[in-house]
Amino acid sequence: MSIKEKKNNYPIKSYNLNKDTLLKMYLTMIKIRDFENAITDVYSRGLMNGLSHLYIGEEAIATGVCLNLTSQDYAVSTHRGHGHLIAQGANLKKMMAEVLGRKTGYCKGKGGSMHIMDISKGILGANGIVGAGIPMATGAAYSAKYRGTDQVVVSFFGDGASNQGTFHESINMASAWKLPVVYVCENNLFGISVDLRKVTGNPNIADRAFGYGIPGVAVDGNDVLEIYRVTHTAFVRARKGEGPTLIECKTYRQKGHHIGDPGTVYRLEEEYKAWIKRDPIKTFRERLIKEKIISEEEIENLEKESRKLIDEAVQFAEDSPFPGPEEAYQDLFYETERVKER
Amino acid sequence: MTKKITYAQAILEAIDEEMDRDKNVLILGEDVGVLGGNFRTAVGLQEKYGDLRVKDTPISENSFLGMSLGMSLTGLRPIVEIMFSDFLLLAADQLLNQIAKIRYMSGGQVKVPLTVRTTIGAGRSSAAQHSQSLHAIMCHIPGLKVVIPSSAAEAKGLLKTAIREDNPVVFIEHKMEYNQLYEIPEGEYTIPFGKANVLREGSDITVIATSNLASKAVKAADELAKEGIEIEVIDPRTLIPLDRDTLIASVKKTGKVLITDEGYERCNIAAEIVMDLMSDIFYYLDNPPERLCLPNFPLPFSQALEFPLIPDQQKLYKKIKKMFGD
Repeated sequence: MSIKEKKNNYPIKSYNLNKDTLLKMYLTMIKIRDFENAITDVYSRGLMNGLSHLYIGEEAIATGVCLNLTSQDYAVSTHRGHGHLIAQGANLKKMMAEVLGRKTGYCKGKGGSMHIMDISKGILGANGIVGAGIPMATGAAYSAKYRGTDQVVVSFFGDGASNQGTFHESINMASAWKLPVVYVCENNLFGISVDLRKVTGNPNIADRAFGYGIPGVAVDGNDVLEIYRVTHTAFVRARKGEGPTLIECKTYRQKGHHIGDPGTVYRLEEEYKAWIKRDPIKTFRERLIKEKIISEEEIENLEKESRKLIDEAVQFAEDSPFPGPEEAYQDLFYETERVKER
Repeated sequence: MTKKITYAQAILEAIDEEMDRDKNVLILGEDVGVLGGNFRTAVGLQEKYGDLRVKDTPISENSFLGMSLGMSLTGLRPIVEIMFSDFLLLAADQLLNQIAKIRYMSGGQVKVPLTVRTTIGAGRSSAAQHSQSLHAIMCHIPGLKVVIPSSAAEAKGLLKTAIREDNPVVFIEHKMEYNQLYEIPEGEYTIPFGKANVLREGSDITVIATSNLASKAVKAADELAKEGIEIEVIDPRTLIPLDRDTLIASVKKTGKVLITDEGYERCNIAAEIVMDLMSDIFYYLDNPPERLCLPNFPLPFSQALEFPLIPDQQKLYKKIKKMFGD
C-alpha cells in the first residue's frame, strides 16, 4: 500500500470503542511522542550517552497493538523500543532513569535505551540485535501453550529484521505448532540508511505469511484504530489456540536511525513530506475533534497530563544517582553475587 | 551399589529423572523425539512425556535456542540439544549475545534456568564440521556456566545439577563416550559445580584433563607409575566455575602441570587455566607449564590423518616423559 492508495479513514464510531479507550489511546501516543522528544532534549543537553533510536512517527503501532494485551501477556521489543514499553505500561521514571544510566533505572544502568525490560509487566526486553527478539517471543508463546494459559505474545520487529533468519525460522515453528503469538512488523522503510525497496524482492512483508500457512495482513501503520482492529482479530485468534498471524504495519521513521543521524542523506524528500502530513498523532487528533468524540479542551488536558508525566520522569532521572563502580560486578549469575565468576 | 550402563544411558537417566521430578522441564532439539536423540540420549522420552515436553525441532538452531530463552524467562526449564558443538555456531547470537547476557543487561531482573547440551570430540571420521571441540568459545563469554563431564557417572550427576541450576549452562558431552560402559552409582545423586575431582593422587606432576582425556590421563599415569613417575590426575568437571583451590593445591605439591584438552591448541582453555593459576603457582613450578591439545588444523576426514592429531593416552605418555627429561 503506497500512500497514494491509502483510502479515507473509517468513522471512529464504527470501531465501537468507548470514549475512555479512545482517550487512553491518544494519551499513550502523546506520552510516547513526548518521551522521545524529551530524549532528544536530554541528549542535546549532554545528559545522555550512547545510542537512542526514536519511535517518532510510529506511535500508533505500539498503542493499537498493546491495547489488546493484559499485564499477564508478553511483549518482546526491539532496539527502537520505548514506544512498546510505554504502551505496555512501563514506568516512565524508571525508563528515563535507565536511558540516563542511573541506578534507579529499570536495569540499574546496565542496559540503557536498547535493553529496557520490565519482567513484572511481561515486557521481555528491548534488544540490541536486529531480529533477535523474534525467537524469544516465539518461545514465550510455546511456554504459554505448555503451561495451558490463555496468555498471548506480541513480537515487535522492523522491516530490517524481516530479512534475518530468525524471522523465517521462528514464524515457521509458530505456524507448525499453532503458537499464540502475533508478529508485528513495523515497516518504516529503512534499515539505518538502506531502503527496504532496494534490498528486498517483495517489500510487502505481509505477503510472506502465505508461505508459512498463516494469515498475513498489511495495515496503515499510522492509523491507530485500524491497527487495533486488525491486531484484535489476530490476538483473539491466538488466544483461541488457532496460531500466529503476521501483521505488517506500513509506517515511516520520521527521524534518523538514532539521535544524531539527521536521516536526510538517504530519504526521499517528497516521500518524507507526505508521511509527515500523515503523522499518526496529528491525524488522530484531527479526527477525534472533527468527529466530535473529544473536545479540543479535553485533548489539551491530555497533552498537559502527558507533558507533566514526562517532565516528572526527566526530573526523577536527573535527580537519581549513578550506580557505584562496584555494581558493574553484580547481576551476572543468579544467587552467586558473592562468588566470583570462577 | 553400582550398576553398569553406557554414558548415553546415564545422560538419558538424568534427563528422565529431572523431567519426572519437575513438570516444567522439557527437552527440544533436532531428533530428540521420534528417534530418541541422534546419540540415543532421549530414547523413550517422547513416548513417556508426550510431544509438547519432548519436541523435535526443525533445523533452525538459532531460533529454537532463542525460543528456549523465551521459555526460560516465563517459568520453564528447557533442555536444548544442539547435536554438535560445530552447530552451536549457527546459534551463536542467541547463546552468546542473548542467553548469556540477558540477566546482566536487565539489571538482574530475571533468572535463566536453561541447559544447552552439545557434543565435542573427534575420532569418527566426520571431518572438519562435525568433530570440533568448541567449549573454549563458550568460556570466553561471561554469563554461561560450562560443564564438561569425564565419564558416565560424572555426566549424570552434573547434568542433574545443570537442569536444576537457575543460570544458563552449556553442558559438553563427548561423542566418543556415548557407547562406553561405565559403573555408576545406583539411585539418585547430583554433583555440585565448582568442585574438581582428583581421579588419581600423585606427587610428581599434576595433569589437568578435561572430558574423556581424564580417563586417558589415568591410563597414561598407570603406565608411567611403572617407570617411577607418580601423576596426579584432576578432572576439573566445570570450567566455569573453576575449582582453583584444588588445582592450586595440587600444583603446589607436584611443581609441574600439564593441561590436556581436545579443543584447538590456540586460545585453548588450557592457556586460560594456566594463566588464571599462575599468580598462585609461579614460585612452586619446577618446569614451564605444558599443554596437550588439538593442533591448529581443521579435523581431516581420513582416519590416517585424523588420529595423529587427536590427543590420546600415547601422546600424553610421551609429553609427560618429555617433561621429565626423556
